[in-house]
Amino acid sequence: MADTEARKVIELGYGGNERLVMNMGPQHPSAHGVFRMILTLEGETIAAIDSVIGYLHRCHEKLGETLTYAQYPSIASKTDYVAAMTSELTYVLAAEKIGKIEVPKRAQHLRVLVAELQRIASHCLWLGTWCLDLGGALGGGATVFLYCFREREMILDLFEALTGARLLYGFHQVGGTRYDLPEGWAKRCRDTVGQIDQRIDEYESMLETNTAFLWRAQGVGVISKELAQEVGIAGPLLRGSGVDFDIRRNDPYSSYQDFDFEIPVETAGDCYARYRVRMQEFRESIKIVRQVLDGLPEGPISSRPGLKSVGQVRIPKGEAYARVEGPRGEVGCYLIADGGPKPYRMKWRGASFSNLSILPHIVPGHKVADVVAIMGSVDPVFGEVDR
Amino acid sequence: MTPDRAVSLIQERFGREAAGEGRYLIVEELPLERWEEFFTFARDTLGCRFFSFLTAVDWKEQGLEVVCRVENLEAGVGILAKTKLGPDAQCPSLTGIYRGADWMERECYDMFGVRFSGHPDLRRILLSQDWEGYPLRKDYAVDTPHAPYR
Repeated sequence: MADTEARKVIELGYGGNERLVMNMGPQHPSAHGVFRMILTLEGETIAAIDSVIGYLHRCHEKLGETLTYAQYPSIASKTDYVAAMTSELTYVLAAEKIGKIEVPKRAQHLRVLVAELQRIASHCLWLGTWCLDLGGALGGGATVFLYCFREREMILDLFEALTGARLLYGFHQVGGTRYDLPEGWAKRCRDTVGQIDQRIDEYESMLETNTAFLWRAQGVGVISKELAQEVGIAGPLLRGSGVDFDIRRNDPYSSYQDFDFEIPVETAGDCYARYRVRMQEFRESIKIVRQVLDGLPEGPISSRPGLKSVGQVRIPKGEAYARVEGPRGEVGCYLIADGGPKPYRMKWRGASFSNLSILPHIVPGHKVADVVAIMGSVDPVFGEVDR
Repeated sequence: MTPDRAVSLIQERFGREAAGEGRYLIVEELPLERWEEFFTFARDTLGCRFFSFLTAVDWKEQGLEVVCRVENLEAGVGILAKTKLGPDAQCPSLTGIYRGADWMERECYDMFGVRFSGHPDLRRILLSQDWEGYPLRKDYAVDTPHAPYR
């Protein structure tokens, strides 16, 4: 009888000696999208994990081969929809690299400006949802979530005033940017980052004095320096594991060398270290935003203004790998051009894809509740995992 | 390790010119049978311990080409190596050298049908297990009809 069999599995599994297979997702609230984990449990401890991804797969790489260099950037924003500015920028950088297209200084600084605002917005979303996942440990859970959304909303308002869109912007184009700052925008931006700067202190004092938060974050999901590099995780995860590497400093693009900022590094490699890295990155991003606003050069915002037809962007034969330091790490675009109006091949290195592939290496040995904490600290965006 | 030193070491051992500079060195057309040897050498001798990505390119009549990028983060040496596959689309797996190759090779199998020999778990990763064809091959039309949703 099937019922008896099922009962046996449940009873024995509960006893802790036999293994029990448990499904988590794809619609689990902590999955931050659609992600299924098949957990093999021994009691409450995880013995093995199989990840099922691809629910949001749209085959962006094939799509990129069918759209021109002028059309694709606005679609690129749909890979990582939480940090749309980053993915757009990666694609246009790759195309500009092959075509050796100059970008005016003002456009480069505007790119830095929106990229850093985007990082703040993305980290707000991460902090809010992660704290929501940790739930009861934070005395109700939704507090930090709502605070973070309040701040993220302010940045989305800025983006709306700049581009007309709140989530997917179409701001970057080959040769520069599409929009310049509207009247009064710079002052509004300065006020916004000033407010966020103060509120980061509030979050920190709320969280770091909370013992339950510390218990759930410290010593959980430790990634060693060696493992981090071998699996190719990037961004705050890599720096949380003690690797001092940031593309903005080590391999600057779009005039990042003009600005003065620190690269936060933590050595513990646990969820708390990743949290610390991101919290410090908030402040560094605010610092960069202020520097951009202080010294924004005058001049054109694109070296190819007034493009009327999408066929006008021609990229010569060649290949390039361009990458940017997104909120989740190294977002890369490997582009092969054959001289036509569309790329011959486009490969996305999604930061979330590589970051998520760390799970099978670190989750076994933890309790079920820790999976949620680890997932949140990895900060995957499934649009970018599945592309 | 410096980029120049890496270029001369690759020349010495594999007889291949590493074009480009610094973090963007490109090694074209490695022999398929030396693919694993090259990455063991890149990891141990050149210090490229960071696994960036692995993918393939369909060159139509000239067959498939596998592309893989690794990097030495401290020294600023990045290497993009390529190898051409035969008509059987077989390629040695790098999972024994870089654990990050696991998902990337599964994706490459999923999209191009490259069979990585030695991969511990070569299943489709983004598409469903019963998908027919390999979407990123050039002969796969964009409007290929989907199998009925089940």
